[in-house]
Amino acid sequence: MPVFYGTAVESPLMLGTAQYPSPAIMAQAFRASRAGIATVSLRREGGAGQDFHNLIKDLGVPVLPNTAGCHSVREAVTTAQMARELFETPWIKLEVIRDDDTLCPDVIALVEAARLLSDDGFQVFPYCTEDLSVCGRLLDAGCQVLMPWGAPIGSGRGLNNPYGLRSLRAHFPDVPLVVDAGIGLPSHAAQAMELGYDAVLLNTAVAKAGDPVAMARAMALAIEAGQLARRAGAIEPRDMAAPSTPLFGMAVLG
Amino acid sequence: MKITLNGEMRDLTGPTVQDALVQAGLGAAKVATALNGAFLPAAARAETTLKDGDALEVVAPMQGG
Repeated sequence: MPVFYGTAVESPLMLGTAQYPSPAIMAQAFRASRAGIATVSLRREGGAGQDFHNLIKDLGVPVLPNTAGCHSVREAVTTAQMARELFETPWIKLEVIRDDDTLCPDVIALVEAARLLSDDGFQVFPYCTEDLSVCGRLLDAGCQVLMPWGAPIGSGRGLNNPYGLRSLRAHFPDVPLVVDAGIGLPSHAAQAMELGYDAVLLNTAVAKAGDPVAMARAMALAIEAGQLARRAGAIEPRDMAAPSTPLFGMAVLG
Repeated sequence: MKITLNGEMRDLTGPTVQDALVQAGLGAAKVATALNGAFLPAAARAETTLKDGDALEVVAPMQGG
């Protein structure tokens, strides 16, 4: 099970709470998948916030608030401070976005915000790219977990750069790594775990599926399969065939 | 005085942030606040006085990914 800032989490599946057909289906998806963490956000109070807060508490899993939509260090830091008070957790999924078409992290602002928040006692989960230098800077800033994207948020494209993600895993063998965003299929989630990632964070692939509860379960099973495979040790691919059935003892028939 | 509350111009008497929340019907809600872009802790609301033109953001837990 993944350990984030000293806290062991029950499952490597981190599940978002947005875009479900109904609150009841969201709750069922959490139960069906036994997701270990629920991501949430802060928005202007329009009357729905109090019911939602109760719904989240009933899920019985740790909450990871995000700074989704923030485009500047100041916005992200203020949002994190409000989230800490409201959700009573030092955890923050730090998102600082520059480009709205790709929702690509603004890695310069991200590092700056991560430093300010870490210095202020936050435990930062940065939504970042798989760039080794940026990830190194985030660790220098005080982050003890990294959350590189698989593909742009909501795109469902899977792991765009498996090579980069594998390099990151090899480069930081002891840092908890999470693939955050871009997952569309259970096979994508399994691939992340096969690469040795500690967890997968997804939302849209489950919430917008035809049957979100079934897809949540499928994701959980795929993550478990990928994790088992990683521990089991996979064979190296090769170009030539290699017979699996022994040749020794084969009858001579022709 | 004129306060921008969650992007809407409101005429609230205040004088404190806590008073303004009550006047806006948010006195009992579990919310977090930011005044003019800076975090305002809940404990400071009753002793923070608003002035004309202030922008108050009041947020609550919401769905997120």
